[in-house]
Amino acid sequence: MAKVLVFIDNPGQVLKKASLELLTMARSLGEPAVAFNGELHDDVAAALAAYGAQTLYRPSATDLDDYLVGPKASYLAAAVQTAGATVVLTENSAEAKEIAARLGIKLGAGVITDVVAVDTDGTAHKSVLAGSYTTTAKATTPVAVLTVKSNSITPEPAVTGTAPESVTVQVPETATAASARVTARTEKAASGRPDLTEARIVVAGGRGVDGNFGPLEDLADALGAAIGASRAATDAGWIGHDAQIGQTGKTVSPQLYISAGISGAIQQKAGMQTAKVIVAVNKDAESPVFEIADFGIVGDLFQVLPQATAEIKKRRG
Amino acid sequence: MKIIVLVKHVPDAQFDRHLTGPGNTTDRSESILSELDEYALEAALQLIEARGGEAAGNKVIALSMGPAGAVNAVKKSLQIGASEGVHLTDEALAGSDAAATSLALAAAIRHLGADTPADLVLTGMASTDGETSLVPAQLAERLDLPQVTFASSLELDGARLTARRDGDTHADTLEATLPALVSVTDQINDPRYPNFKGIMAAKKKTITTLTLADIGVDPAQVGRSGSWTAVDSADVRPARTAGTIITDEGDAGIKLVEFLAAQKLL
Repeated sequence: MAKVLVFIDNPGQVLKKASLELLTMARSLGEPAVAFNGELHDDVAAALAAYGAQTLYRPSATDLDDYLVGPKASYLAAAVQTAGATVVLTENSAEAKEIAARLGIKLGAGVITDVVAVDTDGTAHKSVLAGSYTTTAKATTPVAVLTVKSNSITPEPAVTGTAPESVTVQVPETATAASARVTARTEKAASGRPDLTEARIVVAGGRGVDGNFGPLEDLADALGAAIGASRAATDAGWIGHDAQIGQTGKTVSPQLYISAGISGAIQQKAGMQTAKVIVAVNKDAESPVFEIADFGIVGDLFQVLPQATAEIKKRRG
Repeated sequence: MKIIVLVKHVPDAQFDRHLTGPGNTTDRSESILSELDEYALEAALQLIEARGGEAAGNKVIALSMGPAGAVNAVKKSLQIGASEGVHLTDEALAGSDAAATSLALAAAIRHLGADTPADLVLTGMASTDGETSLVPAQLAERLDLPQVTFASSLELDGARLTARRDGDTHADTLEATLPALVSVTDQINDPRYPNFKGIMAAKKKTITTLTLADIGVDPAQVGRSGSWTAVDSADVRPARTAGTIITDEGDAGIKLVEFLAAQKLL
């Protein structure tokens, strides 16, 4: 049976949904093991066992977070060899993709990013050219490295849990030699809203919000949604760059995408056209976003959104 | 100082883009310089200008790998201000995945640094066609250079490089020693446009063409045969069709909620 290694960087206090998705996917492909970096809390260890991890690999070094990606790739390469894994699964974040990239070179392994599903024979499914094509691709090498988009599958615990054995992997001493060092780290204030790339619902604003995201935030909170923005809104400084959706920002694929005051130029469409349902509110009836909206409202977002928020609250009593 | 900037000729994202041929490779007929590479070029120009420019012996080499048309990305880079252009082109390169691309580019960078190694290799944060962001990290790995990727700021003090990298949950300050590989985001600067003077000056600049033989790469290591991934199928996603469009008559917010309820999205 294929050995599948899931890399979890700093699992924290509670395992993220994205990690549970990776473990669930790993079980469908073979015998799952986990290589983590950082501390392992008891709750996380219990969750890994419940999700069927057979072995937990930990690095011999504790300073991997002091460097940018290189040493983590060295550790992961050693873990893949120790485990005899033929498939490696990681998240699809910028950092995880770079670790996967370097791991691929170290192992002579093909890397496929932005994966949304994997067949049992290793065929990976993804969408390319801003969601205009869906493709299947396969690594032609003995080891395959796949970075998987969150929200791709529903996490499910294993039928029978495991009591994983713990193995320390020796990180090569040369791992940190030619690496950029992280000299300072500033944590960003948490918004309390779901992570944009993982959210089931996204409310996004553009030029039309004219500096006031208030009505969008109220609607997002009523729906349990994340806030996104077009490049026009982030360039204007109305909201942080990490909210940007589109070709040079994040790609989202939520169940519901509510676009408010965004014209829907191609660059913006690129980030959201794989959303299941698209709702658009815009004053300009000619906006291209109406060409792809399942439900479009030609109207003033400052009237429409607060009314919708009030109606949702009313219905929920 | 010597800076190599990687520039890619990509299909214009303002129009529909297509996959074509047996390997489902990108159709490059309507292509331009990748927008994200302009930030890398600008960052390079600012660094050499702060050090006395070309007059003080600094240079920016724009390097592009791709078919015949890719020379246009090099020409545009020269118009913007790069000192020299290099076009790596060979039929055997067609269909290269990130691993094969990084192998060829690493060999080209070593070739260009044979006399004086480059102090910096600069790239955009991703190409606007493949969008995998794999190549910068793979180049750093192959060239054994410190990797400073997704930089939203970049400062150089002698051989010490400092950069800021913004993540979703935190921002990092990174430090590395030259030579290094740096990829920059679209937050780092405002790229300049080519002006008349630049366009005229570009006509006198040299573009060197390199083939795989020039850089010592076996054709079997690149292209579709040398790639470590293969695209098996590509299907056009059905175009989204417009749904119901209404004009607000004072109750559109309520109609919106009714729509969401009907779609079981509440």
